[in-house]
Amino acid sequence: MAQRAIREYDGKAIFSKHWEEYFSGFHYSFKSVLVTSGKELLEKAEEHGFEWLKQEALVAKPDMLFGKRGKNDLVLFKTNKPGDVTLADAASWIDEKIAHTTTLLSGQHGTLTHFVIEPFTPHSQEQEYYISATTVGEDDVLYMSAEGGMEVEEGWDEKVNEVTIAINMSDADMEHAVKANIPADIQDKDKASFTSFAIQFFKFYRDMNFAYLEINPIVMLDNNEMAILDMVARLDDTAGFMMVDEWGNIEYPTAFGMEDQSPEEKAVAEADSKSGASLKLTILNPLGHVWTMVAGGGASVVYADTIADLSEANGGSVSDLANYGEYSGGPTTGETKFYADTLIDLMTRHKDAKGRNKIMIIGGAIANFTDVAKTFTGIIQSFEENVEKMKEHNVQIYVRRGGPNYEKGLKDIKEAADRLGLYIEVYGPETHVTDIVRMALEK
Amino acid sequence: MAALFTKDTQAIFWNNNKSAIQRMLDYDYTISREKPSVAVIVAPTSSNKFEKFFYGPSEIMVPMVRTTAEAATMFPDADVLLNFASFRTAYDVTMEAIKIEGQFKTVMVTAEGIPERLARVMNQAARDAGVTVIGPATVGGIAPGAFKIANVGGTIENIVNSKLHRSGSCGLVTRSGGLFNELSNIIAINADGIAEGVAIGGDRFVGSVFIDNLLRMESNPEVKYMILLGEVGGTEEYKVIEAVKNGQIKKPIIAWCIGTIAKHFSTGVQFGHAGASANADAETAGAKNIAMAEAGIHVPKSFNDLPATIKEVVADLTAKGIIKEIAEPELKVVPKVRKAKEFICTISDDTGEEATYAGYPISTVATPETGFGIGDVISLLWFKKRYPTWATQFIETVIKTVADHGPAVSGAHNCKVTARAGKDVISSLVTGLLTIGPRFGGAIDDAARYFKYANDNDMTPKEFIAYMKSQGKTISGIGHRVKSVRNPDLRVSGLKKFAAESFPSTPLLDYALEVEALTTSKKDNLILNVDGTIGILMVDMWRALNYSEEEIDGFIDAGALNAFFVVGRSIGFIGHILDEKRLGMPMYRHPTSDILYSVEKAEEV
Repeated sequence: MAQRAIREYDGKAIFSKHWEEYFSGFHYSFKSVLVTSGKELLEKAEEHGFEWLKQEALVAKPDMLFGKRGKNDLVLFKTNKPGDVTLADAASWIDEKIAHTTTLLSGQHGTLTHFVIEPFTPHSQEQEYYISATTVGEDDVLYMSAEGGMEVEEGWDEKVNEVTIAINMSDADMEHAVKANIPADIQDKDKASFTSFAIQFFKFYRDMNFAYLEINPIVMLDNNEMAILDMVARLDDTAGFMMVDEWGNIEYPTAFGMEDQSPEEKAVAEADSKSGASLKLTILNPLGHVWTMVAGGGASVVYADTIADLSEANGGSVSDLANYGEYSGGPTTGETKFYADTLIDLMTRHKDAKGRNKIMIIGGAIANFTDVAKTFTGIIQSFEENVEKMKEHNVQIYVRRGGPNYEKGLKDIKEAADRLGLYIEVYGPETHVTDIVRMALEK
Repeated sequence: MAALFTKDTQAIFWNNNKSAIQRMLDYDYTISREKPSVAVIVAPTSSNKFEKFFYGPSEIMVPMVRTTAEAATMFPDADVLLNFASFRTAYDVTMEAIKIEGQFKTVMVTAEGIPERLARVMNQAARDAGVTVIGPATVGGIAPGAFKIANVGGTIENIVNSKLHRSGSCGLVTRSGGLFNELSNIIAINADGIAEGVAIGGDRFVGSVFIDNLLRMESNPEVKYMILLGEVGGTEEYKVIEAVKNGQIKKPIIAWCIGTIAKHFSTGVQFGHAGASANADAETAGAKNIAMAEAGIHVPKSFNDLPATIKEVVADLTAKGIIKEIAEPELKVVPKVRKAKEFICTISDDTGEEATYAGYPISTVATPETGFGIGDVISLLWFKKRYPTWATQFIETVIKTVADHGPAVSGAHNCKVTARAGKDVISSLVTGLLTIGPRFGGAIDDAARYFKYANDNDMTPKEFIAYMKSQGKTISGIGHRVKSVRNPDLRVSGLKKFAAESFPSTPLLDYALEVEALTTSKKDNLILNVDGTIGILMVDMWRALNYSEEEIDGFIDAGALNAFFVVGRSIGFIGHILDEKRLGMPMYRHPTSDILYSVEKAEEV
């Protein structure tokens, strides 16, 4: 993986943890709670340190990685007029939201499960600013605007100043570049503090290994009080090993509206996490009739591409492709058998609607290290166990593979299928890697 | 711009990845390279000095050191670093290497998942230093017939099948390492193999990108056409399109971006590498394939049609006479079954016409007219070097000096007692030799060790004496039972005189004499004794012969000083044994009158 989104609450927690180090001179009271139900919120209010939940007007909104919560009417900041939301209001609003499915304007739908609750911050539009930073190409770019909130997205080019910061730029040059690009229409009284905040914001973004960090709006109140009203953050998770203390406990939630993983996908992911090898499975269409068991990341993409291209060329469609995934990095015989079992189980659950045979593509490029015969032993064991189901669904097997010990692997799998009475075609490196897709689909 | 690698290219391999190194050496053997492609291994936690590898049917030793800096000093011409450190340390290893000025032209980084910001800093630092980074997250690259990085090409059988053992006409650039192998195979089947190939790596930020490699290939006359296998995500392919449009690249390019499948799935599914995610329409594989085709790049209809496209382009180039027939070179075949040797010998060899001592046939060192003495033979067999005359004479002087010290010393006494018990020469000699150790003969070792330690650590003679006192130790090499300043040990005088006349310099002896000046001012007999003088002068000899301090410490730790004493004193021991045999003295029994019996009845417990 690489860049992964985190919850707004977690992002603010990282801010709060390092506030003094980066933003001394500014004040930020990290008043924020993350809950999954109204009951949890009410319980939180009884804890020491969270008295403000009962004392102040509140704002509640889902914290599930999607944006445009205001436009989707998913920010609770008023019952009758802005700033009158009580603890009880927030709790019942949350309970109402988690009780049914929510559909966003984008069409994504799902059940809301996580909410962030914060004090209502009275302020004027003039106090709202925009700031964000991310990587573009090889450089970092800092974006600043005098207009925060939803407004900034309309007329981005006119309203936002960009500062491009090369990876090897010195702090002095960076500071100079930021100063030179402060939006002209930032209020005079805020200009100096906005400048110093922007510089520190960039350093924080950089040092904390964010891949993307946006505060919209950031509100500059009196006495250098800062309110982070809305925040979006992505971390470079490869830096995790050196940011254990800086980040604290971070979870990477699944995007809202993404269907939860099936039990089979979860089981494969679980096996992957425990193995030195790589096992990946995504089910694209459980009713598809072309199933792939491909070794290697690059090869798995090439097979998926080719199946989509050739399905369409042969009167089918991309929905014929049932899954995407790979097994690689020298999996054990047991791991390979488990992976094959999972696929064969999935492909033999439904009869094809058009009465077509099921196609099992056991593909792969020429392996670097993986012992082909050894991994094929796992597949053969799976055939032996699942042979009846496979026959019932007319599973036709197409094999193409190369690499260490491939001759034995190919011979073994051919013999096993013949012995079991399964349809199989077997090819080695002399056949083009994806040509078995053509053979299978043209048949 | 020259080709990336040549047949003389040598690499420093960071991490003792035995299977990858073995594959490189198998490749070297197959293509008959003169020097192994791995010059030295950097293994920061190993104390071994070399690692054994097969080279064809036999074996070679590849030196192993702890730091890249040491490796660079040993092999200033090794201009490739194969950085096989983990994602946690790969950044530091690369940065350290870049800072060694003028050493590396290419650094290959295999680790996947280096923090992005570190990768960007690393890539930029390399560009600034004019170092080409291949990777991170790559299997590497190859210049067939010249140099192969680590596991590229897989097994040696596959390498030969994919014609990666000799140069062809294609320049190949891919992102994926797995497909690199496959592409080599496709090119071998449908064309004449590749001239140069690089898998740039799957991470989001890689050092050298498509355009860097293609521009180099454009100027490499061996490359007649290029194949580019791109991927969904990023805009690197557009730089290539730009270079084709503006005429920077004139050679034909065949290209395909994998990941066309992604357009069918809106979100959530990551097809391929970390770098493979389209953030805009232009970054999709489909859009890039169309744009490349419009620029005149040869783009097949689908990946499955790639072989046909290659055949077409190659047929055209062949018809134009640009691609010519390649004469297949002869190959050496790596034996399938090889057995590692259990023993290694680096000093002498009896497998040739005549047995040799460190390369010198025995007949060239044995007889007087060769000019070789026993000191020369010792220098050859013990230190694998031909020492200058003053040094071999010194060795002989030492041996002669320590040959005997009368019958009363414990070693000689043991020899005599054993010989009188009727035992043979070997048994008798061994009882004497077994006495040599910390108290008998060991002062040579300790004197060398402690005086050198004090001198290495810049202790003044006064500090050294205080230090030894604080350690509760007497100073080895100082003090004599009967000899004193006024009654000097003439053996010591002789050694000192010889050293003064013959050694280029004697810094440690000079230091020891300062120490002696202090100790004798306290007590007359605290003189530098013969053991001390020998140990100290040995150190001075090795220093004058330009050994490093570490090497000299190594000699002392290995017991080389003791060994001089063993050789010398064996002469005396054998003399005493033969003397006993000659005299025919009876079995010796120690007189009871000479033993204090103090035995009490054992307590019951």
